[in-house]
Amino acid sequence: MKEYYKYKRDIIVDTTSRKMLPIVLAFGLYTMIGSKGAGGGFQGGCIVAAAYILHALVFGFIEGRRKMPESWNTFFMSFGLYLYCGCGLLSIFASLLVAEFLNYSAFWPITQLVGPHEARAVQIEFIIEVGIGVTVFASFVSMFYDLAWKDEEED
Amino acid sequence: MIEEFLEHYNYWTSVLIIFIGLYTIFAKNNLLKKLLGLSLVQTGIFLFFISLGDIGSLQTLGIGEATPPIIWEEAEKRGYLYVNPLPHVLILTGIVVAAATTCVALALLIRIYKEYKTLEEDEIIEMEVERGE
Amino acid sequence: MNDIAVHQFPVLIVTTGVFSALTILVVGLFNRKLCYYIVLFTTTFHFVLSILTLNHVLTKGRIQYWLGGWRPPWGIEYVVDELNAYVLVVILFLSFLGIVYSKRSVEKEIDERKHPTFYTLMQLLIAGCCGVVVTGDVFNLFVLAEVASLSTYALVAVAGGRALRASYNYLILGSLGICFYLLGIGFLYAVTGTLNMIDMKILLQNLYYNKMVQVAFVLVLVGLGIKAAVFPLHTWQPDAYTYAPSAVTLIMSTVVAKAFIYALIRLVFSVFTIDFLKIYVDAWSLIPVISAVAIVVASILAYRQNDIKRMLAYSSVVNIAYITLGISYFTSHWSLSGALVNILNHAIAKGCAFAAVGAIIYKTGIKDIRNYAGLAKKMPYTSAALLIAMLSLIGLPPSVGFVTKFYLAIGSLEVQNYLMLAIILLGTLLTLAYFLKVIEELYFKHSENNAEEAPLSMLAPTMFLAILCLAFGVYWLTGIPLDFVEKLVTVIR
Repeated sequence: MKEYYKYKRDIIVDTTSRKMLPIVLAFGLYTMIGSKGAGGGFQGGCIVAAAYILHALVFGFIEGRRKMPESWNTFFMSFGLYLYCGCGLLSIFASLLVAEFLNYSAFWPITQLVGPHEARAVQIEFIIEVGIGVTVFASFVSMFYDLAWKDEEED
Repeated sequence: MIEEFLEHYNYWTSVLIIFIGLYTIFAKNNLLKKLLGLSLVQTGIFLFFISLGDIGSLQTLGIGEATPPIIWEEAEKRGYLYVNPLPHVLILTGIVVAAATTCVALALLIRIYKEYKTLEEDEIIEMEVERGE
Repeated sequence: MNDIAVHQFPVLIVTTGVFSALTILVVGLFNRKLCYYIVLFTTTFHFVLSILTLNHVLTKGRIQYWLGGWRPPWGIEYVVDELNAYVLVVILFLSFLGIVYSKRSVEKEIDERKHPTFYTLMQLLIAGCCGVVVTGDVFNLFVLAEVASLSTYALVAVAGGRALRASYNYLILGSLGICFYLLGIGFLYAVTGTLNMIDMKILLQNLYYNKMVQVAFVLVLVGLGIKAAVFPLHTWQPDAYTYAPSAVTLIMSTVVAKAFIYALIRLVFSVFTIDFLKIYVDAWSLIPVISAVAIVVASILAYRQNDIKRMLAYSSVVNIAYITLGISYFTSHWSLSGALVNILNHAIAKGCAFAAVGAIIYKTGIKDIRNYAGLAKKMPYTSAALLIAMLSLIGLPPSVGFVTKFYLAIGSLEVQNYLMLAIILLGTLLTLAYFLKVIEELYFKHSENNAEEAPLSMLAPTMFLAILCLAFGVYWLTGIPLDFVEKLVTVIR
């Protein structure tokens, strides 16, 4: 056993969470992009964050931070925003300042390919929801560390 | 009278929760309890919004129960109404905001505790006076 | 400029603001120096956009923008009319100056590791306030108000120590205010079934006697009153202004306060309308009384302070009371003009005062006015700016503060309310009393200390604001902008 585990690990908790983590992650992904249409980004992101937090609780904070350093966390937070806010802005700039913000059918490469209504659906389902999910995941993880880490590390 | 009261029990519950929360904010001395009160007020408001969407609670209009806002052929055949999904969406946003508020408040509380080693407001004020601020 | 392109500007200001805020966070991982320049660039860019928007609104009429192309009762709508565009320009102008000012002050007051987070929050705060101003949807206003408020809570707490409790109090009261506002919208949604401001105004016309609407009015008034620090609900404000870093105080007193007082005016006059106020006199007739009490009590409280920032904070409460006093006599054109003009006037004068005070704190660390003796010789330009700002807040012609009081006084004669005139005069005298304490220490007492003039990046915005105090005062008094003021008043009437 490595020396950075401060507390004795429980084999039941350890094994259960090992088995559960992939299922929780898969469920989070399903909530994000499994259903057709809008909705589910926030909830999916929460579930993925819950999986990560479970991992950090069971295997230790340091192990969790080793898997995803703080800089990556910050990057993910912004990356999600780039996906969903950028997709909205893209519809403005792709139509040369004619279409509205969030008017996804104005993004012509996808609209040409699948038609205006499907273009909305595809963008909402696979870009917006994933973007929201990534941001929510990163924000909740950083909230968790901000509130839990403080005793050991001076701010 | 009593029937009217019982029919709108969810509204009365939300009022009760809001007032418990307000009392906690104003009467308690502990900063963490104030935060709990704030969360209660927010929860009460969310309950109020959710109740607004539930058309099924308007039994007096003879409408009957409303189904969740999902496409369901059986419900359309029987002429059921569905609950208004807009308040749910609003409250989803509201919950996100509430979570963010709680998180900022907890982070502040951790720093206050580090600074003063207590969360009782009167003790903190005493310590501030001693420091001459 | 293409007309359709101008329609995009309000939404671009809000979204690119949030976009750049999160970019700062990523850039901060690699290069902390760059963060400041990103904020500066974004704010300058937004300021230019807001001026173009104002120009478009004044020449071609208001902008209605449907997000995602969804029609108004269903989708979110951004409406920019004369009042919106005016407040937007005021907010972005002062945040631009505030950002220019903040560089040196932040370098000194805040640990370098925190700079990316600090500027992220600053940018989010500005974007949130712009969103509050341009939105035409009551729920969207709630969300953007929370974006602005949560950033403010964190920014106030940056300094640590005593600022933590000030920030916590602000958080609890501010969130409670927003909760009241949300409950008020819930009531309005229950009776009208819409969240769009224009739609709601139309649907409410037959519902003015409805008890639920009246309760909703009070809830919205109290909720936004807490956020805007209207008198009996201002208790968080002096602490928050006093203990926040200088740059944050400057931004808070000019940007956040103005955005929320705008939201209050918009909700009261554009959603509930004056017809409702005439019917529901019980609640509204309290406002002039409260404002009058506020002017007297807050002035006396300001007189008792020795901390200059706290004194200026109470002076802010007085000035918000002038705005509420102005809007409470909605029958008078001049009284409303005074209130609306004071949004700009107070922002300039108070921004100048806080900037000068921040420069003094930057160089000497003095917060107590009893130690100000002899500073006028060592820091002549900063002291001159502070003097002009204080004279302007007192209301000496031809400064901006005089214009506000002049308009309000004409308004009081118009409604033949001489008590209001007396209150305005009394308020002026009390303001003179407490600022005289500062002026006396600054200019008429001598003592030796080693202060020197503030750096140029802090001095330039301060002096610019001081010049504007006088320039705008003269400009208002020439009567050229009366057409513009007329347009502002027609928006809310």
